[in-house]
Amino acid sequence: MKKLDKNKLILAVAAPLLAIVAALVITSVIIAATGKDPLHAYQVMVDFGSKSDSQVWIINKATPYYLSALAVAIGFRMNLFNIGVDGQYRIAAFFAAVVGGSLTLPGFVQIPLVILVAMVVGAIWAGIAGLLKTTRGVSEVISTIMLNSIGASVIGYFLQDGRLAIKEGNLIHTPYLPDSAHFFEIPTTPKPVYGFVIVAALAGLVYWFVLSRTRFGFDLRTVGRSESAAQAGGVSVKRMVVTSMVLSGAVAGLVGMPTLLGVSYNYGTDFPAGIGFTGIAIALLGRNHPIGMALGALLWGFLERTGTQLEFEGYAQEIVGVIQGVIVLCVVIAYEIVRRYGLRTQQRKVGEELAAQARKSDKAEVTA
Amino acid sequence: MRRVSTIAVAGICTAALAFSLTACGESSTESGGKDKGIGLAFDVGGRDDHSFNESAARGMDKAMKELKVGGKAMTAKNNETEADREQRLSSLAEAGYNPVIGVGFNYAKSIQKVAADNPKTTFAIVDSVVPGKNVDSIVFGEHEGSYLAGVAAALKTKTKKVSFIGGVNNALIQKFQAGFEQGVRETDPKVKITSQYLYPNNDKGFNDPAAAKDKAKGMLDAGNDVIYTAAGLSGSGSIEAIAAQKGAWAIGVDSDQYQQSGLEKYKSSILTSVVKNVDVAVFDLVKSVKDGKPLTGTHRYLLKDGGVSLSTSGGNIDDLKDKIAEAKQKIVDGKVKVKENP
Repeated sequence: MKKLDKNKLILAVAAPLLAIVAALVITSVIIAATGKDPLHAYQVMVDFGSKSDSQVWIINKATPYYLSALAVAIGFRMNLFNIGVDGQYRIAAFFAAVVGGSLTLPGFVQIPLVILVAMVVGAIWAGIAGLLKTTRGVSEVISTIMLNSIGASVIGYFLQDGRLAIKEGNLIHTPYLPDSAHFFEIPTTPKPVYGFVIVAALAGLVYWFVLSRTRFGFDLRTVGRSESAAQAGGVSVKRMVVTSMVLSGAVAGLVGMPTLLGVSYNYGTDFPAGIGFTGIAIALLGRNHPIGMALGALLWGFLERTGTQLEFEGYAQEIVGVIQGVIVLCVVIAYEIVRRYGLRTQQRKVGEELAAQARKSDKAEVTA
Repeated sequence: MRRVSTIAVAGICTAALAFSLTACGESSTESGGKDKGIGLAFDVGGRDDHSFNESAARGMDKAMKELKVGGKAMTAKNNETEADREQRLSSLAEAGYNPVIGVGFNYAKSIQKVAADNPKTTFAIVDSVVPGKNVDSIVFGEHEGSYLAGVAAALKTKTKKVSFIGGVNNALIQKFQAGFEQGVRETDPKVKITSQYLYPNNDKGFNDPAAAKDKAKGMLDAGNDVIYTAAGLSGSGSIEAIAAQKGAWAIGVDSDQYQQSGLEKYKSSILTSVVKNVDVAVFDLVKSVKDGKPLTGTHRYLLKDGGVSLSTSGGNIDDLKDKIAEAKQKIVDGKVKVKENP
């Protein structure tokens, strides 16, 4: 029993190690192919990325990424592919900004209210896809991606001067949130870290607890592994599909909050888009694990921060995008290779044990 | 239970490590050079968009050659956040580039912040007005230029149907739409105008030639024969679709698109372009910084200042010259007021 654990440990370390080494080798080859020195690139990235303002930047950038990855991961654990996190967080942030901008309440009411509105709107938007799947059998991949476009159009309709938005120069945005709705900041030098990082960490903790320490989480993972087995075990699969989509959407609702409550204080035409898709990559990278995804989100932030610096050193701007793609591919492939290898060794071992048993019983029959 | 504590410890360690590093780490602002020349931060689409950015790049090239200064241009990606833009601008400023120019209204907020952090550098923003002691806000009279395009379109159309394609439905592009529609209406009220946008509120609209191509095809199928596209890089897709149909005219935007080498194949279909002389504005600013008297405040480049104009290369609007000159004079004299909103 002890030995099996050791094997498991080695396998667990082997996969990320393999992925990192492979990704490094491939990106080095690509950078070298563009006629530049890859080692110098890494040096620039590490130097610049470890500066204090870079660290703050990376943490702030990683916070929404992490929340987005959590939202995607809830679906993944259930074998649901929620591509709609992007639309969910945007429409959630939009309506949260509208509600927040039209009210002036004390901060301890206003902030939770804004967050709650975002989570509810995100949950409803994702819930539509869940209901379509259970009642009409529409694949959530199709419905969520369609809901992204519908969400963008709904926002586009309301985000106009005279409807729910106001004009400020060339930017059109919802009215500003009152000062009471500004989320606290952690005073670090030279720039502060947005306080929402704490909410993100808590969300990660809740994710871990619910999935691995509650009956609901067990049911969810069971459905993810095998629907028929879960059904036989008395789990209502349909209900689980809707519930997990709703949860995924509620977490997606949080994605826009660091920006809304900490940076822009409104939802405008310049509100960041596309974080939902980054979340998919980070959930894959972090293997749906709360800490793995945190590291993935930080890595993503690091790459984006240092990418600009590479441009100053004469490297192509696109190199960071290439590195990000290569890393995700390497992680997915490395884990699959290691999983298959593990499965094979396990099978071989079981086979050997069975053969040994068979030999023993043969002998026993002969002697008898 | 054991797992809880391991995770908690790991979490605390990571946080502690991050913050302790933050406390003692060197800030990237502490290193850098000075007087490296022009720092140009592009909007999406990049330098070679045959349109808006390219016009700014021409100004930079001219300044580098004539004023013998250095320069560095960086490009925005789609789906950027405020943090990305701030970083691009502050990197340029901290590396010693002066002036630092944000090409496009998307840089409005970030310029304001970064300019406050770098008081010794002169910043400029194109297409937006930003407060700040060291900020030059460069805005253009797009609606006035578009009015003239509308005059040309109304006189040139045979089907009596013309259309406008905007990249993104925002205040800036609405200026183009408003001017164009007014110009058409006041020239020939019988001409029908269709105005559509590629995206309601996503800046991808300036960087999606395929979408513009589809939109233009739809407009052509509906019988429109003069199409004015204000959509940055996307405009090339629209021009390509229009060139495929005989007798249809494209009106270009920002740069004189007739003379763009990238669009050479289609140039016989380009009626004219509403030129926004971003290059002139960029050159003016760089020169002012070089002379030690940096421009700040708001600078409007209107029709009367030559900040916007209708290009005549190719000679396709030569037959309308008098009418266009007449319309221009009316605007310059203030007899015609062009609206900024449709």
